[in-house]
Amino acid sequence: MTVRLVSQQGTESADPAFTREVLGSSVAHLERCYQCQACSSGCPVAFAFDYAPHQLLRMVQLGLKERVLDSTTYWLCASCETCATRCPNDIEIVQIMDTLRHIALREGHTQQTGLPLFHRTFLSGIKSNGKLHELTLILRYMLISRDIFKLNELPDNIKMGLNMFTRGKLAILPDKIKGMANVKRIFQQTEKKNG
Amino acid sequence: MAETTASKYCYYPGCSLEATAKEYNQSVHAAARLLDVELVELEDWNCCGASSGHCTDPELSLALPARNLALAEKEGHDLAVSCAACFLRFKQTNHDLRADDTLRQRIEQVIDAPYRAETEVRHVLDIFAREVGLEEIERRVKKPLKGLKLVAYYGCYLVRPPEVTQLDDPNNPMIMDNLLTAIGAEPLDWTHKVECCGGNLLLARTDIVVKLCNDICQAALDAGAVAIVAACPLCQANLELRQTIGVPTFYFSELLALALGAGAGEMKGWWKRHIQNPLPVLKAQDLI
Repeated sequence: MTVRLVSQQGTESADPAFTREVLGSSVAHLERCYQCQACSSGCPVAFAFDYAPHQLLRMVQLGLKERVLDSTTYWLCASCETCATRCPNDIEIVQIMDTLRHIALREGHTQQTGLPLFHRTFLSGIKSNGKLHELTLILRYMLISRDIFKLNELPDNIKMGLNMFTRGKLAILPDKIKGMANVKRIFQQTEKKNG
Repeated sequence: MAETTASKYCYYPGCSLEATAKEYNQSVHAAARLLDVELVELEDWNCCGASSGHCTDPELSLALPARNLALAEKEGHDLAVSCAACFLRFKQTNHDLRADDTLRQRIEQVIDAPYRAETEVRHVLDIFAREVGLEEIERRVKKPLKGLKLVAYYGCYLVRPPEVTQLDDPNNPMIMDNLLTAIGAEPLDWTHKVECCGGNLLLARTDIVVKLCNDICQAALDAGAVAIVAACPLCQANLELRQTIGVPTFYFSELLALALGAGAGEMKGWWKRHIQNPLPVLKAQDLI
């Protein structure tokens, strides 16, 4: 079914299936939102979002799939749970943000914020060692994101790296757990389910 | 000395405590030793998946913690956790698996091990303050931290979501404040107790983390504190690395062990790991 949404800015196509998927994927109670904005008032990261949390929720309710998935909001959400704790309707907003991330990953909306890359890099470390090796995460992330080549930030990054190293805050070599077969199985099983 | 029953826990340090937050791990062990709490590291534990797990895949975010919870269940002890982020992942996993038996069975299949969702998860702050108890801690204090004006920083995952972590009031938690009072320090009321440090945005959006951490450090100074006290390795790392103000952040366990009489040589190994030098504020009160 195609729904056209008409506003002062023009028409936009809405996707009811998208709203249904978000509604159905958790017990998050998205339908209860009446735009009181308690979430957005308390959100510590809202200043950096393109849409405030209450706006994003309304856009999901309306089925504005492309506009929602192109948004930076759900990637930059720090999952701090302030919104969900304050919501008068007990809407699990962080669960909704997670669901949007899962849909975005599935459909390839991973541009913009660096966060999808961060999560991928983080989990690839767990997949190969069973544990996170912080130094590998930092170096891999900075190489793939090319942040390491930002020359204006290079002196600060080198200074911070040396500072951490001399204070014994960096383990040089990664540690591997013994139960790797177990960890590999966990990743295989969950990846299989996702196709 | 009052008679106490030694309590035994499976201990989950988490990945950060092996590197960036080594001083947290060392001081938790020191405080536990001084309070007769036995922490036995969980054999062959794995990463809990942290935020990257739940941001990427709901099942993965349950299975990674569940493998550890199942290992602890086999040992037959509660699981003691130091990292607030790991703590929430474990509590969330138990919360979800206890509510849905089909899901629990599916996760058992994914981790290829039985898990009845019976492992109780305790943050070490909770174990010290409530299991050992504030009165007992007060009795054992050798060096009261007199004159040390601090702010207790809880951040997010100790107290939110409250129905999952079940640790304290999500708006005005007091457990760490009360512990600091018990060891003679002066915890101050302040505005940023439960504000977010920016958590996992640390690499991808350093700019956001710097703003949040500077706000928190400034609020600590405005309240009249000389340092912040945290119970999470991610908060502490963000607060010390991503600020331009120069306020040190202690792990609560470092101060607890200091008050309980930990050795100067042992503690040297913690202080030197801080990015913001904590020695001046301790020396100012003749505490070291």
